[in-house]
Amino acid sequence: MKALHDSTGSPAGTPASPASAPARRVRRHSTMAWIGMVIVGFWILMAILGPSISPYDATAIVDTDVFSGMSHKFLLGSDYLGRDMLSRILFGTRATIGLALAATVLASATGTAIALFAAFSGGWRDAVISRALDALISIPSKMFALMMVATFGSSMLLLVLTAAITYMPGAYRIARSLAVNVQAMEYVQAARARGEGVWYIMTVEMLPNMIRPVLADFGLRFVYVVLLLSGLSFLSLGVQPPDADWGSLVRENISGLGEGALAVIMPALAIASLTIGVNLLIDNLRSKRAAKE
Amino acid sequence: MKQFDIFLGKESGAGGAGGGAALRPLVEVQGLRVNARKDDGSQVEIVKNVNFTVARGEVLALIGESGSGKTTIALSLLGYARAGCHIAGGQVRIGERQIDQMDEKALLAMRGHHVAYIAQSAAAAFNPARTLMDQVIESALQHGVMDKASAMRKAVELFRALALPNPEKIGERYPHQVSGGQLQRVMAAMALVTGPELVILDEPTTALDVTTQIEVLRAFKNVVKELGTTAVYVSHDLAVVAQMADRIIVLRDGAVRETGSTSQVLHAPADSYTQCLLAAASPAARVVQLREILPETMPAEARAPLLRISGLVAGYGAPDRLGLPGVRILDDINLTIQRGSTVGIIGESGSGKTTLARAVAGMIAPARGSIQLDGETLSPTLEGRTREQFRRVQIVFQNADTALNPSHSIGRILNRPLSFYHGLKGDAMRRRTAELLDLVQLPASVIDRLPAELSGGQKQRVNLARALAAKPDLILCDEVTSALDTVVAAAILELLAELRRELQVSYMFISHDISTVRAICDDIVVLYAGRMVANRPREAMMAPPYHPYSHLLLSSVPAMQQGWLEQVAGAGQHKLPPIGAIDPSPDICAFLPRCAQRIDGVCNVVPPRRRNMEHGGEILCHRSDADLQQSQTPLVPVEGVTI
Repeated sequence: MKALHDSTGSPAGTPASPASAPARRVRRHSTMAWIGMVIVGFWILMAILGPSISPYDATAIVDTDVFSGMSHKFLLGSDYLGRDMLSRILFGTRATIGLALAATVLASATGTAIALFAAFSGGWRDAVISRALDALISIPSKMFALMMVATFGSSMLLLVLTAAITYMPGAYRIARSLAVNVQAMEYVQAARARGEGVWYIMTVEMLPNMIRPVLADFGLRFVYVVLLLSGLSFLSLGVQPPDADWGSLVRENISGLGEGALAVIMPALAIASLTIGVNLLIDNLRSKRAAKE
Repeated sequence: MKQFDIFLGKESGAGGAGGGAALRPLVEVQGLRVNARKDDGSQVEIVKNVNFTVARGEVLALIGESGSGKTTIALSLLGYARAGCHIAGGQVRIGERQIDQMDEKALLAMRGHHVAYIAQSAAAAFNPARTLMDQVIESALQHGVMDKASAMRKAVELFRALALPNPEKIGERYPHQVSGGQLQRVMAAMALVTGPELVILDEPTTALDVTTQIEVLRAFKNVVKELGTTAVYVSHDLAVVAQMADRIIVLRDGAVRETGSTSQVLHAPADSYTQCLLAAASPAARVVQLREILPETMPAEARAPLLRISGLVAGYGAPDRLGLPGVRILDDINLTIQRGSTVGIIGESGSGKTTLARAVAGMIAPARGSIQLDGETLSPTLEGRTREQFRRVQIVFQNADTALNPSHSIGRILNRPLSFYHGLKGDAMRRRTAELLDLVQLPASVIDRLPAELSGGQKQRVNLARALAAKPDLILCDEVTSALDTVVAAAILELLAELRRELQVSYMFISHDISTVRAICDDIVVLYAGRMVANRPREAMMAPPYHPYSHLLLSSVPAMQQGWLEQVAGAGQHKLPPIGAIDPSPDICAFLPRCAQRIDGVCNVVPPRRRNMEHGGEILCHRSDADLQQSQTPLVPVEGVTI
């Protein structure tokens, strides 16, 4: 919606201004995406390399100086036992990202698969699956996780399963609404009229046309899972010592909060930076797609 | 009433004032240029240096294919450009207003008051939560033209002028309570209520069925004549424009190709592109040479019908006591398609045409009846059909855009049926793909492209090639040309006729457009509300006597000549004979409420029977041939259309 006078007012200026405006917008979008990508890339690299480049062993008590600030010895301060915080955070990266990634992949993959099946077969199958998963979605996620941990005890496998089950119905919802639209497309109808099998139609005809929003949703879901698992760890129900993730690092150093110790702020900052980074990345992937459409 | 007169007086007063200024037309557009921004940020000129004028009381038509810039030009008269576009230069003057100098606020005050716009889709232009009257008088109240009572009086006047039923009360209804054609007329009332100097009609009848279109056109024409309104009429349809416009501007790719009076453009087009458009608008003349009737010398076995549909009933909803669906989309369909012949299915939207194609393809399971392919009964659902049966019946969908998977390349789309049905791979497959592209007259270079990179006509060719890849016996064509521009559609029709001659393939050709069906089909089936009201050979179909509905349909198709609208009978011209209470049985003639030849005490009580006609084919009607012939006015003969 652009008024006539916008452009005719200054005929000489017109070629320059509309051309530069979109260019500037495109660059701003990609800057944000780049920041997101750098943050996410950094943390993934740390998850892989972290323990091998950390200055100290993560479990070693280096000094009696607890809750110290930044120094040459402790780049990010020390924790409540005098362990090096940088090494602890690098050590926790693997648990934090690894568990969340495994849970998200599980949730998104099963959710999308079930959604494709439900949308394609339609009718009562779709209704039964959708209502069953709606019931699952109605259980508060934290409470469900508490129940699981209380019943089966905490383990890495259980945490992944719990987070996956909690976030699968959401992934299903998104994927199903996409699949229902794609399913109604004439190329899917054409494939059905050609006599193609269910598997072919689902994977070759439908999936490629809904994968982008599903991937964007994957990123968002990953953030939720990180927050859920960190929350559980903070309640001492998540990753158990001697293993540690960022949530449990916050938890074990909580007594230093009053003194404003770095040991409690740094892991919290790590959580924040990861979630913000992922959000920046997917937001800008999304808006690029929206601009394209 | 008084207000209305004042309004009329004002119009004539303004006309009088402009009498001295006959040299000065109401609308003057000079050097109009509109630019659009592409994805990569570069600019592309979509309207190139367009000049035209519209005199007071004149109807000017902007005609062109999709992408010709006709809507963009019309919108620029409102000082508006769609998202991503902007008016880059030129002068637009309407009356005393210099549109290109006005700011947003002045434009807002002008739109809907001095210049009004009637859009293509009335259904999308109305707020479903408010009554029609509220919305019709909204602009008058907003611009403070008149008070509410007089605005309502004027709206009722306009409803009457637009031949809406029950003009006093119709304003109390909500948009969903009136038909599509009526809604379009209510939108015209909405535009006219402020007494605008200029009305822009943007394809106002394109989305309507042909029998509805004629009513709307007639109403528009009357009201334009009565009020002396100046209008710009945007359309792609030359025949419609011939009825409405005084002058025509032919556009292509944003530039003016030809300007002239309506009769000059229709009868003596100067520009080659206009000639091309005119030729494409009557496809029958060109395709007719390609049409071939099956030789009678074929052996008896070969003449056994390729497809036989008998007693087909399909629908949805809870079954009634006979086990038939509560809502029947298709009811008692019987037809046969001979090998190598083409059967046209024609009907308005909602008549069940597409459902019929889907039932044959196995995508909708019929409640009753059987479908036989070469004597073997096809399973009603997809699951029970063999791959060989799938191969023999292929379906081509209406929207080439959505019928091709946007993430598959053209090569991949064409390869799939080759490997799926014929097990081809490697070189053999590549050769066959190249052959197919050649067959549908596409360059081999499209193989690696995605569907989004092709034009609409090219996509429809790929669609056709995919169906041909299976080497089918029967192709179900569901409105294959409806979404295409006239010139492109004519080319596709020619291609279909050619393929049929070369490959001996049969078509079930579904369309709402009688001229395309006439161009390509041997037999024509007319559907009305899911019932087969006529099934006749083409020659018999196009000559009297007709089934009453066929007659209405045929006489509603606009002819490409001026004054046709005034001569033709068409819908709503005759008073329908009064009838008594209608029997609630679902088998009673569905066309009864609109039939000009209904018989009280027969049509409303006894379900009609299918009967053979003297000149071939069968119809579903109580009237005898002689009866029908006597009461039906002959169709207005149209030059250039061979039957």
